[in-house]
Amino acid sequence: MKPIKTFAVLTTALIAFAAPVAAYAEVNLLNVSYDPTRELYQDYNAAFAKYWKGKGGDTVTVKQSHGGSGKQARAVIDGLDADVVTLALAYDIDEIGEKAKLIPESWQKRLPHNSSPYTSTIVFLVRKGNPKKVKDWNDLVRPDVKVITPNPKTSGGARWNYLAAWGYALKQKGGSEAKAKEFVTRLFKNVPVLDSGARGSTTTFVQRGQGDVLLAWENEAFLAVNELGKDKFEIVVPSISILAEPPVTVVDKVVDRKGTRKVAEEYLKYLYTPAGQEIAAKHYYRPIDKKVAARYAKVFPKVKLFTIDDTFGGWKAAQKKHFADGGVFDQIYGPGK
Amino acid sequence: MATRPITRNTVIPGFTPTLGYTIFYLSLIVLLPLSALVFKTASLTWGEFIATVAAPRVAASYRVTFGAALAAAGVNAIFGLLVAWVLVRYRLPGKRLIDAFVDLPFALPTAVAGITLSSVYAANGWLGSILEPRGIKVAFTPLGIFVAMTFIGLPFVVRTVQPVLEELEAEIEEAAACLGATRWQTFRRVLFPELLPALLTGFALAFARGVGEYGSIIFIAGNMPMVSEITPLLIITKLEQYDYAGATAIATVMLLFSFLMLLAVNLLQKWSRRHAA
Repeated sequence: MKPIKTFAVLTTALIAFAAPVAAYAEVNLLNVSYDPTRELYQDYNAAFAKYWKGKGGDTVTVKQSHGGSGKQARAVIDGLDADVVTLALAYDIDEIGEKAKLIPESWQKRLPHNSSPYTSTIVFLVRKGNPKKVKDWNDLVRPDVKVITPNPKTSGGARWNYLAAWGYALKQKGGSEAKAKEFVTRLFKNVPVLDSGARGSTTTFVQRGQGDVLLAWENEAFLAVNELGKDKFEIVVPSISILAEPPVTVVDKVVDRKGTRKVAEEYLKYLYTPAGQEIAAKHYYRPIDKKVAARYAKVFPKVKLFTIDDTFGGWKAAQKKHFADGGVFDQIYGPGK
Repeated sequence: MATRPITRNTVIPGFTPTLGYTIFYLSLIVLLPLSALVFKTASLTWGEFIATVAAPRVAASYRVTFGAALAAAGVNAIFGLLVAWVLVRYRLPGKRLIDAFVDLPFALPTAVAGITLSSVYAANGWLGSILEPRGIKVAFTPLGIFVAMTFIGLPFVVRTVQPVLEELEAEIEEAAACLGATRWQTFRRVLFPELLPALLTGFALAFARGVGEYGSIIFIAGNMPMVSEITPLLIITKLEQYDYAGATAIATVMLLFSFLMLLAVNLLQKWSRRHAA
């Protein structure tokens, strides 16, 4: 008798706890994002809740979920109830549309600027004083320079690093696909540790003292410098780099089921307002709003940027050619090389 | 009654419900997820399956993973036995505390273990700064994988051998000594056969844990393709490309390997029991 009684008590208790939650007029959103945006969205969510309340809306609570971009996309595919996704690359959102049919194929056209409210780029983090005199991409293939980057097969950020290097080589005088491949191969010969994610690589470079150059998102580089000491590291901006566009979108099937479409859409649109842009810029994402960008011109040095669409024909093509099994990255590390 | 002799005189009554429960529980917790694994893999054709699991990079990762796990389990078998022996046979100051330390690798989240190990063994860490000038690179090499596997596998050996050692009475050794056995003979002929089955179990558990380990290793491994990439990392790599079938294919092969290893150890155990008796 006893275990049955205990069971009954437990069940009743569970029901009692679960019941009253739905009673309040409160909107809950879940923003599924990638690792380096944690601090950005903490600020942004508070600002948006205030803004929405001011407009006579409900009380909005935005929950955040962070992790590797691909891992997060997989969670959404497998049923994590994300109202909005804000990931590191369009490819991951494409896969949510393709594998789980939660988003229409045309999602990237729904918001301005390829649905990327802020951009970033890939820069170099070097040790104070730049002892190896690293100035541009071609220094990274020098035999005396060790480069730290995560593995493009497991890290979205690393894919940006890799493509930035490829694009640099391609855009040199007399650059060709073959030369680009050779350049990237030489670069990866200088990589002593391939971490599985961007934060792992930052740790390897900063805490473990490995390598001379860390390839990093600009915002991660700023964060590392600010958190870990301006006296220890400095940022080197190469002559040319890639325009990293972390995109955002609502997850249609989820917001329609939960009835949160309106708030979710406003949540993303607010990112494009001057207030939203200001928050992005404070967290070292490059704002796309010209006025806000002008105000932060000192923070973000001018650099020639090329896009993934122009140089690689979009994420899908880039993914297939470079990072799929048997692709260029696998060839670099093929047996006997 | 004659057809169900097990139901008679057993301590726990109710053969049918207990068997039913056992099968149900095992199915729910173990068999269901594992069959999902095989099921997902079945979406590949044979050719695709072989191409996936026998790719050079994957094959290299098997060597690294199983090799390091075997070596780590072997080292743990020897030193775990020593630790268990000391903990059972000697009175030490703070013995209970030391006893509790043994379980720490169980309790520590593996990622924390990995980060800690790599910070200790990196060139600027406590041990790394001593070892690297002498030419021994641990962090970011296959040696690091071995170190991490040894760390997480230790408690398995100690905790399986310890109770058996506690059961062994000192009288047995005294009797052996009285009959003229040397210390080495006593150990080899009297104690060791008693310990061997437990030692093998501990070895097998430590090995299995090492093979499946991910969190503590990726931080210290360096993850270089063909050199220090472990198989679980390749599975994650596949998942990161949304290649679920490829990931489960590799996982199935690992499972098969591990199962065969465990089976072999089990047979060895049986054999050693028979010889001890």
